[in-house]
Amino acid sequence: MNKATLEMLTLARELAGQLGTPLEAVVIGEDGRDAADGLADYGVSKIHLVTHAQLTDYAPKAWARSLVQLAEQEQPAAILAAGTERGNEVLAHVGAIMDLPMAANCIEVSPGESYTLTRVRWGGSLLEEATLSGDPKLLTVATQTISPEKAAAAEPLTWSTFTPTLTEADLLVRITDRVEAAGDKVSLVEARVVVGGGRGVGSAEGFAILDELADLLGGAVGCSRAVTNEGWRPHTDQVGQTGTRIAPELYIACGISGAIQHFVGCKGSKHILAINTDPEAAMVAKADYAIIADLHQVVPAIIAEIRKAKQPA
Amino acid sequence: MKVLACVKRVPATGAKITLTPDEQAIETRFLGFAVSPHEECAVEEAIRLVEKHGGSSTVLTLGPEESVEQLRDALAQGVDETLLLQTDGSDWDPVATARALTDAIQAEQEANGPFDVLLFGNESADSGGYQVGIRVAHALGLPCVSGVKSLEIRDGTAVAKREIPGGWEIFEVPLPAVFTVKEGINLPRYPSLRGRLRAKKAEIRRVEPKHQPGGPTKIRLKVPVEQGTETQILGHGPEAAPQVVDILKQLGLI
Repeated sequence: MNKATLEMLTLARELAGQLGTPLEAVVIGEDGRDAADGLADYGVSKIHLVTHAQLTDYAPKAWARSLVQLAEQEQPAAILAAGTERGNEVLAHVGAIMDLPMAANCIEVSPGESYTLTRVRWGGSLLEEATLSGDPKLLTVATQTISPEKAAAAEPLTWSTFTPTLTEADLLVRITDRVEAAGDKVSLVEARVVVGGGRGVGSAEGFAILDELADLLGGAVGCSRAVTNEGWRPHTDQVGQTGTRIAPELYIACGISGAIQHFVGCKGSKHILAINTDPEAAMVAKADYAIIADLHQVVPAIIAEIRKAKQPA
Repeated sequence: MKVLACVKRVPATGAKITLTPDEQAIETRFLGFAVSPHEECAVEEAIRLVEKHGGSSTVLTLGPEESVEQLRDALAQGVDETLLLQTDGSDWDPVATARALTDAIQAEQEANGPFDVLLFGNESADSGGYQVGIRVAHALGLPCVSGVKSLEIRDGTAVAKREIPGGWEIFEVPLPAVFTVKEGINLPRYPSLRGRLRAKKAEIRRVEPKHQPGGPTKIRLKVPVEQGTETQILGHGPEAAPQVVDILKQLGLI
């Protein structure tokens, strides 16, 4: 089970406890059968395995239709999903089919006639308190905000199989193929060091020293939205609200001012080193370490020092 | 081919968000506004599809009178038509937004013929509800592919790709269809001077939408508490480089 699911189950178990109702899980497709066993540790007492000859791969509307039909049978108080691309997408379809509201990316939920909840806006830079009505309540849980915790005692797990009735229209949108990305570069998500460049880098060519530094450290190069808007780097390198969220050991932010849209993408970094000519830059204030100077002078000096340090004495 | 792009006007926030005293909105007195990033790309995609396949593009927004600014930007970039569903500027919940958009799109299709491709942003930058495009697709009885970062149209069929870690998922759907797109699907162009002049004079069509809320219902906004970080200044020039190496060693990175 992925971490986002376990985070969601941790909040769901707390909610179920407050409601005095059991926590049950839905797993779609036979593929999920093996992964689902560990769910008992998170307080799940029953698993509904949804199987259908046509449910061979991800199909958002068909998944939603299955959940709606199962909900009609089981009458749950609430349906929760992880606030992932798929979780948000499927619950939005459920909301549309049932004509019920859906709250995306919640971090706190209090039950009642309507639920009172806190959800994230601006990718996490702002919070919203809201009320959610409907029967069942539909919500997703923001990722990386709740730490997954197992239940005090595992529940005895029971299984049940559910076969939905799906139409051709439900199955129209489904994955028909997959393509693997070329290249063996260290990905931004996994890199232990990310060297980020902002407007201060000045040009596409200016990134050469950032590439060199990243290569030397076995890391990856990231950039701000200003940079992709200029066309200096591809969008796949963008760190931020509309790009990639990173969590390296060290983020070296070069010439990045630190707008909130960028910061939500790099705040998962364990340590931040900002290199910026402006001591007042937001990135400098949020960094653990800062060098107040021109990156075009500092980065080559760091590269030279690392080469020196790496040389056998 | 008729292409529709639905966009939202959002404040261009900088390094810090400040709220209005009633905690209902972001303080925008000193901020500019823009189209939400994913939707900027929806506008560009609409223009490109029409450049390639012929037809016309329409940009629709629900928002205050000031949203005319974003519609004129879209016209300057090259869209053919605009439609403003004018509100008093208050936040409409995702259900209300989807209902108003559905009504407007249905009326538009009855008057001027059906859209082949309907583009939305995957989620708005500000409220991030992740649902308006999907709700409109259901109400119109159309298929919807979300999170699209590549779109190709061939003989009435769309091939849409979604990025996942390490690769792409591919969806094939017949048109008409709804696509919610993500930034990175293209790089939006800057408007030309000619485009700007044309946009200045263009007529903006307006419709008064019906407010049919459905939730979730906002109570108030809150700025999250951030732990303050003590920044250690390592230096003011290249002489700080050896200290960086020390930090890299401490963290076990070299």
